Amino acid sequence: MKVALFIPCYIDQFYPKVGIATLELLEKLGCEVVFPENQTCCGQPMANSGYEHETEGCTSNFQNNFDEYEYIVAPSGSCTLHIKEHIPIKGKIYELTEFITDILKIETLEGSFPHKVGLHQSCHGLRGLFTAQMSELNAPQFSKPEQLLKNFKGIELIKLSRKDECCGFGGTFCVTEEAVSVRMGQDRVADHLKNGTEILTGGDTSCLMHLEGIIRREKHDIKVMHIAEILNQAIS
Amino acid sequence: MTTHSKSAEIFNRDFERTTWHDETLYFVRQKRDKAAFQIDDWELLRETASQIKFNVLSNLSEYLIQFEENALKNGIKVHWAADAREHNEIVFNIVSEYFEGNIPHDTFKGIVKSKSMLTEECHMNEYLISKGIEVVDTDLGERIVQLAGERPSHIVLPCIHWKKEEIGELFHKHLGTEKGNKDPKYLTEAARQHLRDKFLNRKVALTGVNFAVAVTGEFVVCTNEGNADMGTHLSDLHIASMGMEKIIPQRQHLSVFLRLLARSATGQPITTYSSHFRKPRDGQQMHVVIVDNGRSTQLGREDFRNSLKCIRCGACFNTCPVYRRSGGHSYHTAIAGPIGSILSPNLDMKANADLPFASTLCGSCSNVCPVKIDIHQQLYKWRQVLVKEGHTSATKTLMMKGMSKVLASPAVFKFSGKVGRMLMDKMPFMVNNSLNLWYKQREMPEPPKESFREWYKKNRK
Ligand code: SF4
Repeated sequence: MKVALFIPCYIDQFYPKVGIATLELLEKLGCEVVFPENQTCCGQPMANSGYEHETEGCTSNFQNNFDEYEYIVAPSGSCTLHIKEHIPIKGKIYELTEFITDILKIETLEGSFPHKVGLHQSCHGLRGLFTAQMSELNAPQFSKPEQLLKNFKGIELIKLSRKDECCGFGGTFCVTEEAVSVRMGQDRVADHLKNGTEILTGGDTSCLMHLEGIIRREKHDIKVMHIAEILNQAIS
Repeated sequence: MTTHSKSAEIFNRDFERTTWHDETLYFVRQKRDKAAFQIDDWELLRETASQIKFNVLSNLSEYLIQFEENALKNGIKVHWAADAREHNEIVFNIVSEYFEGNIPHDTFKGIVKSKSMLTEECHMNEYLISKGIEVVDTDLGERIVQLAGERPSHIVLPCIHWKKEEIGELFHKHLGTEKGNKDPKYLTEAARQHLRDKFLNRKVALTGVNFAVAVTGEFVVCTNEGNADMGTHLSDLHIASMGMEKIIPQRQHLSVFLRLLARSATGQPITTYSSHFRKPRDGQQMHVVIVDNGRSTQLGREDFRNSLKCIRCGACFNTCPVYRRSGGHSYHTAIAGPIGSILSPNLDMKANADLPFASTLCGSCSNVCPVKIDIHQQLYKWRQVLVKEGHTSATKTLMMKGMSKVLASPAVFKFSGKVGRMLMDKMPFMVNNSLNLWYKQREMPEPPKESFREWYKKNRK
């Protein structure tokens, strides 16, 4: 299967390892992966700040780069959601874990990852893309990222006190509402600490960047990895 | 900084108190979950409620006229108020006319009021008090904030920001309770005695309206303390303030809304009192004041119309991670929280332009909402409207324009290297050069040696 990779701008610049892991993982799962080289940003940060009308450039650049592909995959729930909702394209875009479970139809992955892993459900992945059941709804439980992680040898998936509370990143919210944003992040980190997380993971690099920023500042003993990095490492 | 973010920053200076506020409200959210999950058809119930309200909003004028006709037949007087000022004047006129004929002493020129967020929205208390009429809030939480000279910080739990020790102090000062006594039972009893006296000596009662039934011309008032009933049963004049969206077509629809309301609000199966008012007692006057105050305008805004489905349960407050960590007063409007943030810009865009931005758009509010208002989508849409109408700072607009240009152009974007990354100039989230705001309590990501696309060129091409 041919897959076009969308690597959001800040991942390209600050977290190339997430992009690399995503690419390698998809290749290991049998995909032919291409990276359209003139891609930049989907425009989500501007649109969420009320400047959707300023994002035409980003939109058309995205279309120019991706219109020829049937499957587009991104290691970011929030960018995927933005593209789904705001950028008309011929093919379809998927967040990485939903692509693996829903399109590649992989029920579960074999591998080894002997660590205590705490999963951060990003809100846009969760409540926007339905990558897992939302805690507010009276509906059957499921979780695509958990489904992929849970059978690794030695892994322990940490149960959190609040399983899907927002981390407080929120795009430009992280600076315009700095006090609340940081406090929300601190509370998420505290939940992971309390319940024994060694490695904090998730499908959204932006949430992870925020949480990692707090963890490093407060010198907590938690490592942060994108779920693509864990999957890629565990199955090799 | 915006008004909300400034107040929120001050709120957050007290770390322990913020923890307490967050946990108290999250506990209410959990009670809601427990109650909701006991009902197999919960999601269907929400959908049904949403559809009933959709029908109401689509036919609002007819239902309102039907309600008026039937209420008049029942002997209720019906008044129409275009805005807050008219509402207050109508109430004042009814009350003063009644006082003139019936109350010989100024001492009793007061009214007892049960919970009504609409009167808060209209700033009615201040208005009546300025006209020499005493207004006694009889809901315990509202009485507490009233004694403290504050406004409610939550639509269902008005004094949720008060700790019991502080209430003990307040009651000691105003009601003469023992100093240092913070026992909730003792304090509630003191409030009860204090309010009994008011109930017995006031002949005018004001209530809100939770539901108004079009076909019967009756209205329903839901409370847990029975204070609405106490007030109205002892009164000779009952005035009910009603937002014009409170209509439901038929009585049977209460079987949907009453099941949802208390479960969503506090996790109770039903409010302790759901009182139907259909006609005045012999010798009593009953008035309903139907208030627009911006609701028609909101009804005309297609993207925001749904916000009028709200039944004021407060569930969106309790689940909101931002509300829990910034407190109701940071929203500087009568209705705080997520729903307030989509209602308030309709009333005054300039004054409330900050509120739709006081959210991460996490979407939890829309999921708990018993009438399925797409709250977080509307927050997003209000942002677009507010920016277009010029209610954001010029610097931010400039930054956003610049950012959009850079990010839309592969040629500009690609050339960066490690130094560029160090400067974070490719970080679209950092508006207004707010790097320092990121860095204040968080580390920056360590800039890598090469970008992904540089790696890709070397390794895959
Ligand atoms: S918007 Fe929904 S959840 Fe919020 S108070 Fe209104 S009905 Fe309740």
